[in-house]
Amino acid sequence: MKEEIIIAGFGGQGVLSMGKILAYAGLMNDMEVTWMPSYGPEQRGGTANVTVILSDSAISSPVLDSYDTAVILNQQSLDKFESKVKSGGTLVYDPSGIHHKPTRTDIKVVEVNAMDAMMELGNAKAYNMILLGALLGLRPVVPMDAVLRGLKKTLPERHHHLIPLNEQALLKGMSLVG
Amino acid sequence: MEEVRLMKGNEAIAHAAIRYGADGYFGYPITPQSEVLETLEAEMPWETTGMVVLQAESEVAAINMIYGGAASGKAVMTSSSSPGISLKQEGISYIAAAELPALIVNVMRGGPGLGTIQPSQADYYQATKGGGHGDYHLIVLAPATVQEMADFVALGFDLAFKYRTPAMILADGIVGQMMEKVVLPEPRARRTQAEVEAQCPWAATGRHGREHRNVVTSLELDPSRMELNNERFQRTYAEIEANEVRYAEYYTDDAEYLIVAFGSVARICLKAIEDARAKGVKVGLLRPITLWPFPKTRIGELASQAKGILTVELNAGQMIDDVRLASECRVPVAHFGRMGGIVPNPNEVLDALYNHFPEAKP
Repeated sequence: MKEEIIIAGFGGQGVLSMGKILAYAGLMNDMEVTWMPSYGPEQRGGTANVTVILSDSAISSPVLDSYDTAVILNQQSLDKFESKVKSGGTLVYDPSGIHHKPTRTDIKVVEVNAMDAMMELGNAKAYNMILLGALLGLRPVVPMDAVLRGLKKTLPERHHHLIPLNEQALLKGMSLVG
Repeated sequence: MEEVRLMKGNEAIAHAAIRYGADGYFGYPITPQSEVLETLEAEMPWETTGMVVLQAESEVAAINMIYGGAASGKAVMTSSSSPGISLKQEGISYIAAAELPALIVNVMRGGPGLGTIQPSQADYYQATKGGGHGDYHLIVLAPATVQEMADFVALGFDLAFKYRTPAMILADGIVGQMMEKVVLPEPRARRTQAEVEAQCPWAATGRHGREHRNVVTSLELDPSRMELNNERFQRTYAEIEANEVRYAEYYTDDAEYLIVAFGSVARICLKAIEDARAKGVKVGLLRPITLWPFPKTRIGELASQAKGILTVELNAGQMIDDVRLASECRVPVAHFGRMGGIVPNPNEVLDALYNHFPEAKP
């Protein structure tokens, strides 16, 4: 099993940390993982993306030009990465802030309104976890318990009381993709 | 058994330095290596191992702190990225001339000048051909994984002390910034002062009744004595070239075409090779782990069995010179590279291979 994932959006949307939790979940699940961020003078409002690879065997290149799965959170990222999803792959996107919807028909395109779901949950910080939940609902590359253990590993102890909230957001995201 | 962790290459270097029992780190922040200093500051090893961590006022100050620390026999290191490494060159030359062990980390970014903060390998010439003035070499290690970022701290220090010459870890922004699995080395205690003095009888540790004074200097105004110094340095370099060449090979047994690449770029090439192999193309990879000493003998052997060699570098073609020398022009050697902080993807590598060697195309 090998899953090559790109997560892309605005800085501040939790793109890098979503990738990090996914990578830690892979670690907890005894998989090989790489997490390669776009880095630079990016700040809140700029674009940010991260490539996460989860695999049962050794990973050669951490840099890719096509992906099994893309999680897209803004128009610039959609413009950049829609064409880079492998045929038969999956593209998850949040429609808020998207003016031109994805057009490809050879991939599975799933709209996840994480912004609305976040409002329902009443916690703005749960946004990326809703999307991660949706991603895992569509592509169960790591089991939920590994994600929760990954969360525990990435969050400093003083934030561990937020884990149930994150779990709730993950489940909410999963329910959106049914 | 140490647990498997997930961390950035830069973070791995910091943790590995503490666990090695390094005595001091002196540095100045610069992207894309700032996490080395940040991690050391967060870990506060001065509270545990007694390791000194100091953000110096400049790169020049930091390298001269290394010079002083190394002169007293301590295991000291610095890290920076390309423009900062340029600033350190005078100090590096002095450290080499004074025959001192030290570890210098360069997480390369695009140049020349302030350039870009994105990944690059454009400091190959600087790292392997001197960098500073005078006839000297650094031992240059090129990590391709976060695990190697951690492992090469100990290797770099050990080689530096073994040969009394500075070693450099020449990484790039990719392996510095990416996270992957790593098992950190077992922690070991810093050497005691008595151990330092026993291991480094040349160090300026105080006379303590010794009949002679240890003086550490790079200055020797008498040409006949300076030439003897130069000859001694060259003997050391010859010994390093004879004993410390390191490289890794992938799919080379039956390779008709050979790619030579180092650091994270080698991994991009490996992915390209896996794709090409799936289509029956007999292409292999040689990844130099030591850039100096360069694996010229092995590349020469592989050149005898190959129809063509492609070097892939994040620069305009620097290592290609060494590959051409090693292959003694027995086969065509071509270069493919991206510059300015652009990282090629595996498809571009294959396109370049087929472009230069059309008969290789499946």
